[in-house]
Amino acid sequence: MSGVGAIRRKGRRNAPEARGSDPYAPRGWAAALESAGAVLLAILWILPLAFAVWAAFHATEYTTTFSPLAPWTLANFVRAWEAAPFARYFLNTFMLVTLVLACQLVLGTLAAYAFARFAFAGRGLAFALVLAQLMIMPDVLVVENYRTMSRLGLIDTIPGIALPYVASAFGIFLLRQTFRTIPKELDDAARVEGASALQVLLKVYVPLAKPIYIAYGLVSVSYHWNNFLWPLIVTNSVEARPLTVGLQIFSSADQGIDWSVISAATLMTSAPLLVGFLLFQRQFVQSFMRAGIR
Amino acid sequence: MTTRLRDTLTGWALVAPAMILLVAFTHWPALASFWESLTSTARPRRPSRFVGAANYEQILADPVFWRALTNNAWYALATIPLAVGLALLMAVWVNDRIPGRTFARVAYFTPTILPMIAVANIWLFFYTPGYGLLDQVTGLAGIPSRNWLGSSETALGAVTLVAIWKEAGFFMIFYLAALQGIPPVLAEAANLEGASRWTYFRRVQLPLLMPTTLFVLVNAIINAFRTVDHIVVMTRGGPDNATTLLLFYIYETGFKYWDTAYAAALTVVLLAILGTVAAIQYGWLERRVHYR
Repeated sequence: MSGVGAIRRKGRRNAPEARGSDPYAPRGWAAALESAGAVLLAILWILPLAFAVWAAFHATEYTTTFSPLAPWTLANFVRAWEAAPFARYFLNTFMLVTLVLACQLVLGTLAAYAFARFAFAGRGLAFALVLAQLMIMPDVLVVENYRTMSRLGLIDTIPGIALPYVASAFGIFLLRQTFRTIPKELDDAARVEGASALQVLLKVYVPLAKPIYIAYGLVSVSYHWNNFLWPLIVTNSVEARPLTVGLQIFSSADQGIDWSVISAATLMTSAPLLVGFLLFQRQFVQSFMRAGIR
Repeated sequence: MTTRLRDTLTGWALVAPAMILLVAFTHWPALASFWESLTSTARPRRPSRFVGAANYEQILADPVFWRALTNNAWYALATIPLAVGLALLMAVWVNDRIPGRTFARVAYFTPTILPMIAVANIWLFFYTPGYGLLDQVTGLAGIPSRNWLGSSETALGAVTLVAIWKEAGFFMIFYLAALQGIPPVLAEAANLEGASRWTYFRRVQLPLLMPTTLFVLVNAIINAFRTVDHIVVMTRGGPDNATTLLLFYIYETGFKYWDTAYAAALTVVLLAILGTVAAIQYGWLERRVHYR
């Protein structure tokens, strides 16, 4: 785990701009060759996605004929939108990621503060129990968690999808590491002035950890936006289904395998994250870098 | 009240909400799976009862389980070195200031942002016989049309490729961060000593990337055992169980056949595999890989 911290710290200290001249930077022919290799792999890498984009924005008869003159259209998106309750799925996913993130942040902050700054009896054991979740994630415990949810009467509800992920070992670990880097003197000074533990947390720790909160938020939102197997198991109605499950039902239902419409629906469901990534590329990459493990 | 006692009370009060949920949805289900695996599945006329190791005996004799396990092993063995190797190559490339590096970085990283379910749809389309891009390209080269996902020889390879595509860009990020963290002084010193670029990479960069490699490896192994979204969409484990992975088999057993006791026993096997990975990571590798 110390590796994660090391990556994070190093990533912040040495921004690419700070690097001096590198004697091993490729020059001349070597640079051209390397560039060609990188771009070729990039084109190859983006090809499946580009193909889906092409299909989504063109009428069915152009799906496999790559004529530059083929007219672009939004008709496939309209058809997909009308064929399934995507508006409701979007709303469900939005509620799901908001609920998960809000709870994760509150619970994670409180626990991380305790682990970072309180020498309480049983801390080592409690922290070990937290770290165990890094290896044994709720994703693999679907059978028992389903049983628990049906006992709680939360099958087919958004809280039912969210609950297993609300206490996140990763979030607690990440915030604990951050809180530990905050000078204890700041904490003590606030205490001397009579602030309570909770006030110190809110006034000193949380504001100073803001970049980590943003990084964690981006990672958590993209994870839960994309999560599929557990929501598939635990939901069975339009009212609770998130986008990923809605998309799966839409594309496996008898669409007559119209790839243009399926491609449009696929892009539509990923669009918010994709557009966000293309606009805030640097923040996304840095967040994933900082956050290390999902 | 002593400081120690006050700290203990405050500490537990702060940890309690997260701890209760963590225990309820991680530790308890893990233990409950074990208990459940020693019983039989309740049926309308036969209530659940203690059966000892019967479920595990069934596992040992279950050809589908062995198929899922070997599939998962091959899937992991293929995904891990290829995704990690490609990630390293990508990171080295986009770390240099070469023309096109921004485009390359975006192209490599984009699959990471997409939901696995969307990725699976995109590749399902890409692989479609006669219609997908892959068949069109191979058709130009005169290679006959193939049903990549429909034949048991190629199906596992086809879904493995999807996982590599999705993961390599994610791992690239960590290598990129680590490469940028290597002090430039090292490159200057190596250069003064007359080391070639290859020597510098092999003797300086690669050893310094070891902690990152370990971290990425552990992630890759966990992912190989916990992500089956693309299997649900692309093959449903078929043809003839050629692409059934362990978690997918658990899902089918638990939620298609509703044999929860057997699914619990399979879950225990999966937990044992993940636990072994954890033990190897903390016990053995962490001591061998040099951390600063």
